Amino acid sequence: MRRAACRLAAALVLAGALGGCGQRAEAPAEATGGAEGYTAAYGDTLIEALTGNISGLIPNVQSDSASFDVGSLLYNGLVTRDKNLNFIGDLAESWKFSKDCLDLAIKLKRNAKWHDGQPFTADDVLFTYETMINPKTPTAYREDFKAVASVAAVDPYTLHVRYKAPYAKALQTWETWILPRHVLEKYAVAGKLRDAPQNRTDPVGTGPYRFHEWRPGEKVVLVANPEYFEGRPYLSRVVYRIIPSQATIFLELKAKGVDSAGLTALQYQRQTDYPAFRKAYHKYRYPGNAYTYLGFNLKDPRFRDARVRRAFAHAINKKALIDGVLLGLGRDATGPYKPGTWAYTAKVKTYPYDMARARALLAEVGWRPNAEGVLVKDGQPFKFELMTNRGNDERKKVAEIVQAALQELGVQVEIRVIEWAALLKEYIKRPERRFDAIVLGWGVGLDPDQYNIWHSSKTGADELNFISYANPEVDRLLEQGRSSCHQEERTKHYRRLQEVLAEDQPIIFLYFRDALPVVSSRVKRIVPAPAGIRYNFTEWFVPKQLQRYTAD
Amino acid sequence: MLGYALRRLLLALPLLVGITFISFVVIHLAPGEPTEMQDGGDLSTRSDKQMRERLREEYGLDKPLPVQYWNWLTRLSRLDFGKSFGPDARPVLEKIGQRLPVTLLLNVVEMLIIIVLAVPIGVLSATRQYSTFDKVTTVFVFVGFATPDFWLALLLMMLFGVQLGWLPISGLRSLNWEYLPFLRQQWDFLSHLILPIGVATFGGLAGFSRYMRQSMLEVVRQDYVQTARAKGLAEGVVIGKHALRNALLPIVTILGLSLPGLVGGSVIIESIFAIPGMGQLMVQAVFERDYPVIMGNLVVVSTLTLLANLVADVTYGLVDPRIRVGRRRGR
Repeated sequence: MRRAACRLAAALVLAGALGGCGQRAEAPAEATGGAEGYTAAYGDTLIEALTGNISGLIPNVQSDSASFDVGSLLYNGLVTRDKNLNFIGDLAESWKFSKDCLDLAIKLKRNAKWHDGQPFTADDVLFTYETMINPKTPTAYREDFKAVASVAAVDPYTLHVRYKAPYAKALQTWETWILPRHVLEKYAVAGKLRDAPQNRTDPVGTGPYRFHEWRPGEKVVLVANPEYFEGRPYLSRVVYRIIPSQATIFLELKAKGVDSAGLTALQYQRQTDYPAFRKAYHKYRYPGNAYTYLGFNLKDPRFRDARVRRAFAHAINKKALIDGVLLGLGRDATGPYKPGTWAYTAKVKTYPYDMARARALLAEVGWRPNAEGVLVKDGQPFKFELMTNRGNDERKKVAEIVQAALQELGVQVEIRVIEWAALLKEYIKRPERRFDAIVLGWGVGLDPDQYNIWHSSKTGADELNFISYANPEVDRLLEQGRSSCHQEERTKHYRRLQEVLAEDQPIIFLYFRDALPVVSSRVKRIVPAPAGIRYNFTEWFVPKQLQRYTAD
Repeated sequence: MLGYALRRLLLALPLLVGITFISFVVIHLAPGEPTEMQDGGDLSTRSDKQMRERLREEYGLDKPLPVQYWNWLTRLSRLDFGKSFGPDARPVLEKIGQRLPVTLLLNVVEMLIIIVLAVPIGVLSATRQYSTFDKVTTVFVFVGFATPDFWLALLLMMLFGVQLGWLPISGLRSLNWEYLPFLRQQWDFLSHLILPIGVATFGGLAGFSRYMRQSMLEVVRQDYVQTARAKGLAEGVVIGKHALRNALLPIVTILGLSLPGLVGGSVIIESIFAIPGMGQLMVQAVFERDYPVIMGNLVVVSTLTLLANLVADVTYGLVDPRIRVGRRRGR
């Protein structure tokens, strides 16, 4: 049975490294998350590890992922994502777009309550909107709300949103955590949300967990909200321990001091492969939300010709790269979208490892080897600098492998590793773009709109298209893709976008590294999906006989 | 004596201002501003120029550097350390106040253990130079010098935390701390401190016992020690009373110099053992370019350094009558 399931899984996983079925079998049976034979029970504590201190309890005005992790259990959005990343109602019961995508009607759930007992109503949504667009609010999410023309509460449980123009991310905007007007209004109006006492202690949300305690630098403790509108979550407590060192987290994991953590590729493949660990933890693996790439300064005449970039793509053996850098725990990136998401397509031009083809392409452009095997054009040797940031060993290794590969072609690459802030400020963001080539990564959001990264209007000094890519067709596709609220239509544009980008290779897409979380095996009903494992957190449970922390 | 101390205290003030000025300039020279570091490593698709401008204005970063420094200094003169630029916007003093006790406790205990152990070790290996004891401690000392503390820490965590399960690996308290009876709470807290203090002591002990040995060796060769022996005093009295007192003098200097370290905290130990102390606070503040916290930290540490130097100088007088007497005669 397990074997059959395994073969099926193998068939579904697209081109790229497979960890082999041995690893997959360690995760519990796929459909139920190991819940069969057990009765769901309330109780027990889940101990998680965070590497960074959280900076506040109102996530809308924070920017660190630790605050988001904690915030997502304290608050709700109007909508959220299911295991396949499709929208489902959270505080919203249902919603409907008008044909022209300009009007959005949202019906709210009637049984949601704030942690202080007050009912949640449309007025709170209105308040959150007002707060987010208030120029005094220090939030990074204001941009999302700029397309909104007006928000009106028709009655306490019905909202009407009007957009200035059709906006693809309209629904995603409403994933924003909704804040309570009756508690936060006076701080929000003054732009002092960060100073609000609820940012430090006793936050009031609608979420499945309530705040219990925060000792800065030490831990954050949340307790289950028995009146949660979707039903009380099974795990009674969630403790976030703040442990800055990855090595310490790993030891704590071995000593059962934490229940869940993300592993490195090395830990996943080599250091956790013994019976006691396999018994105590389930390992999971799914593609992460960021890809690593080799980018070029397209203002540099040498890289302007797409044939040069294609030649480089042929010269890099991606399989060997993923094996070398990630011990095989990553997936080939063919474009800027994560395999398995709705916008993704595998039907694009790929560049198999082929040195002869690479040489031929370079020769077409006029780069020919001289007596020492160095490529020369117009008397100039092909020589450039490859930069990456300090503190990321993975990128440094990628740079070294790229260096070796291009060396074989006769291209001389010099690697420079520079501190992050300095790299951005002195080289990448400078208007004159003082770099030849870079190894960096892009995080991929849940929405496929990547206007800011690829559009030719976004090449200004502080903007993100710093490789200076300009392609009229890409511009058009990006514009069309972001101005529709219908997924089928958007899919069309984004599939075409991937074809063009694959053809053009403005950057060489290298890989999506896998997320490698482990969770204590006593926790049941964890079912890995494209969305990861956390999407059904409130359904996770520990059977009574396996509960470890019983003091409530 | 008092007049001397007062004069030194007054002289320290301009020195402190100088230190803060240089630090202020240096930290502002580092690339990246707090507003940029905040929106998530700043290659974020969400970064919002308008918000950054507004924050810059709120923090006063749009003013020229000398003006910023002057504002900071005038606020400081009213003992207002300002508010953190971090998204939690807590007052700097509150942040430091949360972290200081742990660091202080850890380092004071460490320092006491080091002195209690290092002085006898140093004395013994000096008086029995080239004995087996001396040789063993010499080896121990070099091992102590050469061992990186993060490595030792990880090894000890693996042994006592994972393999044997005798001691907790990291943090300050167990998660069920609140539910424990009083005595168990104390033991729980202590057991969390054993490894970090042990590791920190091991490194410090090596250096300190070496100084002690060296200093003792020099004193033992002095004529007056010979005289004491010639006079027929017991060896214990010669060493314990006459030699030791003089040998302790350089140790006082070193102690004085390590006082500021008591407040600064060790980044490595704190990060590995997940102890929320001053070292971690400072490092995080530097990464986030949280200027008020960095400067607040610096003021606290440099004030203590200056004070410690002063105390060390005054203590000389107490430990060494020659200095005291010399000064009186000089006047």
